[in-house]
Amino acid sequence: MRTPAGLCEISLTVNGKKKTVRTHAMERLLDVLRHHLGLTGAKEGCGEGECGSCSVLMNGQVVTSCLVPALQAQDATITTIEGLEADSQLHPLQRTFLECGGAQCGICTPGLIMAAVHLLNSHSRPTLEEIKEALAGNLCRCTGYTQICEAVAQAARDDHGK
Amino acid sequence: MSSGHLRPPLPGDRVSRRKTEPIVGMPVPRKEGRDKVTGRAQYIDDITLPGMLYGATVRSTVARGKIKKVTFAPNFPWQEFVIVSARDIPGANCVALIADDQPCLADGAVNHPEEPILLLAHANPHVLPKAIAAIAIEYQRLPAIFTMEESELGEEIIWGRDNTFKTYTIEKGDVDSLWAKADFVVKGEYTTGAQEQLYIENNGMIASFDRQCGITVWGSMQCPYYVHKALMKLFHLAEDKVRVVQTETGGAFGGKEEYPSMIACHAALLAMKSGKPVKIVYDRSEDMAATTKRHPSRTRHRTAVTREGKILGGEIEFVVDGGAYTTLSPVVLSRGTIHAAGPYFWPNIRIRARAVATNTPPHGAFRGFGAPQSLFAMERHMDRIAGTIGVSPVEIRRRNFLKPGQTTATEQTIHESIDLDKLLDRALALSKYDVRKRRFQQENQNSTRKKGIGLATFLHGAGFTGSGERSLSSLVGVEGRIDGKVRVLVSSTEFGQGTKTVLCQIAAEVLGLPYDSVEIAEADTEQVPNSGPTVASRTVMIVGKLVQSAALGIRQTLLASNDLRDSYSPAEFKAACAQYIAEHGDLKSFSRYEPPPNIFWDDEKYRGEAYAAYAWAIYIAEVTVDLTTYAASVDDFVALQEVGKVLHPVLARGQIVGGVAQGIGFALYEKVSWRDGRMQNAQMTNYIMPTSADLPLIRVYFEELGNQHGAFGAKGIGELPIDGPAPAVVNAVADALGMQFDSIPLLAEGIFEAVTSRSKKEEDARVLGVVR
Repeated sequence: MRTPAGLCEISLTVNGKKKTVRTHAMERLLDVLRHHLGLTGAKEGCGEGECGSCSVLMNGQVVTSCLVPALQAQDATITTIEGLEADSQLHPLQRTFLECGGAQCGICTPGLIMAAVHLLNSHSRPTLEEIKEALAGNLCRCTGYTQICEAVAQAARDDHGK
Repeated sequence: MSSGHLRPPLPGDRVSRRKTEPIVGMPVPRKEGRDKVTGRAQYIDDITLPGMLYGATVRSTVARGKIKKVTFAPNFPWQEFVIVSARDIPGANCVALIADDQPCLADGAVNHPEEPILLLAHANPHVLPKAIAAIAIEYQRLPAIFTMEESELGEEIIWGRDNTFKTYTIEKGDVDSLWAKADFVVKGEYTTGAQEQLYIENNGMIASFDRQCGITVWGSMQCPYYVHKALMKLFHLAEDKVRVVQTETGGAFGGKEEYPSMIACHAALLAMKSGKPVKIVYDRSEDMAATTKRHPSRTRHRTAVTREGKILGGEIEFVVDGGAYTTLSPVVLSRGTIHAAGPYFWPNIRIRARAVATNTPPHGAFRGFGAPQSLFAMERHMDRIAGTIGVSPVEIRRRNFLKPGQTTATEQTIHESIDLDKLLDRALALSKYDVRKRRFQQENQNSTRKKGIGLATFLHGAGFTGSGERSLSSLVGVEGRIDGKVRVLVSSTEFGQGTKTVLCQIAAEVLGLPYDSVEIAEADTEQVPNSGPTVASRTVMIVGKLVQSAALGIRQTLLASNDLRDSYSPAEFKAACAQYIAEHGDLKSFSRYEPPPNIFWDDEKYRGEAYAAYAWAIYIAEVTVDLTTYAASVDDFVALQEVGKVLHPVLARGQIVGGVAQGIGFALYEKVSWRDGRMQNAQMTNYIMPTSADLPLIRVYFEELGNQHGAFGAKGIGELPIDGPAPAVVNAVADALGMQFDSIPLLAEGIFEAVTSRSKKEEDARVLGVVR
């Protein structure tokens, strides 16, 4: 919807809450989340969809939010890293990232965890190759990925052990 | 800074501790881990201050020249902008570090592309690129040089008298008389390219200025006191008028050792002129193009060897490209020089090293700090020697390993009980080296996917080189608080390695307290003493040892004041802290670095005890080279190292795996393309680092021999793992194809060129043979 100042009103559901923001149509979803909604968990590493640090779930798909114009997020359901904890209990992936050493400097961690959430939503028992493939859009410079892959595998195992 | 009056611990002091579960050596939770996995951790770009402006940098578009004229486009709302030039600098126009030759803002002349000239600030960050584009700078161009060879030629002098920042010579024994005695003289030349640190968090700072209080800067950095020193000099301010606070830092790897001082100075200049807080956060392209990278290098070896494979001695010439200003090049060169001889015994050796100037942005600190470059050359050269005299890569190393009691190139006697033969045996077994090597040789004959296996054996010295730690004279504090909690006071920073966690483990272990009772103060120069920069694999070993000693001071103070008995519970410790603080005001213990006795180092001759301890490693890589795509990939990687003591198994392993991944990137993926001194591929789209799909799970193994100079026997491990992967991987590629490769990065294009030109040579030889 156009407003007098050339701004749009965008309505979307973020982490289960309905939100409406007034913004430029081509504002990046990443900026909507970070600047309008104060959700700074998604990070900007490159601004061109290469590093995956800004990954969030949009209608159940993992997207690099730096490449999504606000207009495209109209009526979308977004989940960010801030939406994973339930009753201050860590999501299983947040816990295994901690235990296995999947987070070092932490800047890529929110994006990687969101990509891993997406993977486990669609493959509950991924193979190592499937894990590597699913995370290949998220760059991490600290870990060399070994412990991240282990964290994802561990979360999948824990889920099945329940 | 206030302090309880504490005596330092004495050797005879009785220290007993309550029987508790060990904390050192256990995988305790990372202190800031929960904030990181929940997205709550606040990095500099996550922070906004009221009334804050956004800053940007106008940079040189030429490599070298005089600035003739700066034109601001008419009809542009310049009155809305804060504009800063070199004329606005109140103190010395330099980024204070070693030589102070790098200007904070170019004043009349530029010496490399991307050199900062003007600063702009505005409340709306989106208008800044337009403003930069509306400024035209006219230059009188001067001839520029871009390679080490041009710099050495000296036809154009761009720095000092001879384009040379620093030289070192190490001389042991008598090299000149060797050549006649040698059965073989093996020569080789090896080069390594620039490498971008590529921390995923770009550089950024926020500064505020107040006439009374002075400057406060928050930001992403490794070394708060380096930034502090630079700001004092630039603004001509007293120590207490400058405050530097590290925010959560999203990776650094050396890349946030020196350049953050530049950005802090820029943000602070804009803050002073505007009277408002100013944030400067680089985007990825600016960060990649303008900030430091690993020094490109060239190493020449000439080695005298016997028929049996014993090294008689040799000459090594090591040259690094420092870029346009001194920055840290002398120190990078120093570490590279000392590590150039590898973990081998050289009865005679001469190492000549120099750092030269070119008109590129200054190269700087990157994990390994010169050692990955010179060790790449050493380890490739060992394989070349092996091939020349006809022994295996394994055997040539065995015959020349340093042994306890022998001396290094700097004539440091090895006192540690390291047994590299045994370490090598274990690594060979873990990688099934012999079996695989034989199998690959057979299978390669009928396959276009050639497999190879290669090794690298190496060492890495922990802490500052030679007299460096003595000059740093680091100070560390531990504070007992009224609530029974303990705070570690250091300027050592967390940027992923686990500094906060491990230093708290050490204090908790010494005090016999639960890990949760110990926390670490924010790295804020107003709150913490200068424990030195967080670099050089020195944090756990050197700062950790000081934390150990300062924590012991707390314990002994409470024992001496009769507030505490020998054995105590956390509740009794809390009561004792409260009692002591009620009587004395506060409870703090400080510990300052004292060099170990009988340490000799000659800065002139570069001779003596270069490092208090070395970590030792054997890395073995298995690769496949696909002769359809000519790409090489790593299939298996064994990283075995002796590290003194593993203080935290998960974090230590994380350091090794991460370093290996960066080392594989250095070898096979990461190429900086230069044109006229400017990085052409300053994007993640075209500067390629390994992804999860490119790497195998890295297999990590430790051995622990202890180390009297490190906390609980630890040695530094941060840098070690990046020294070995490049030579191990390239040795494996060479093994797969039966050819020599002496330059990295070794991309598919490089392999294609080598293989096809060999095929052409073979074809030519065949044709010539037929004709004859």
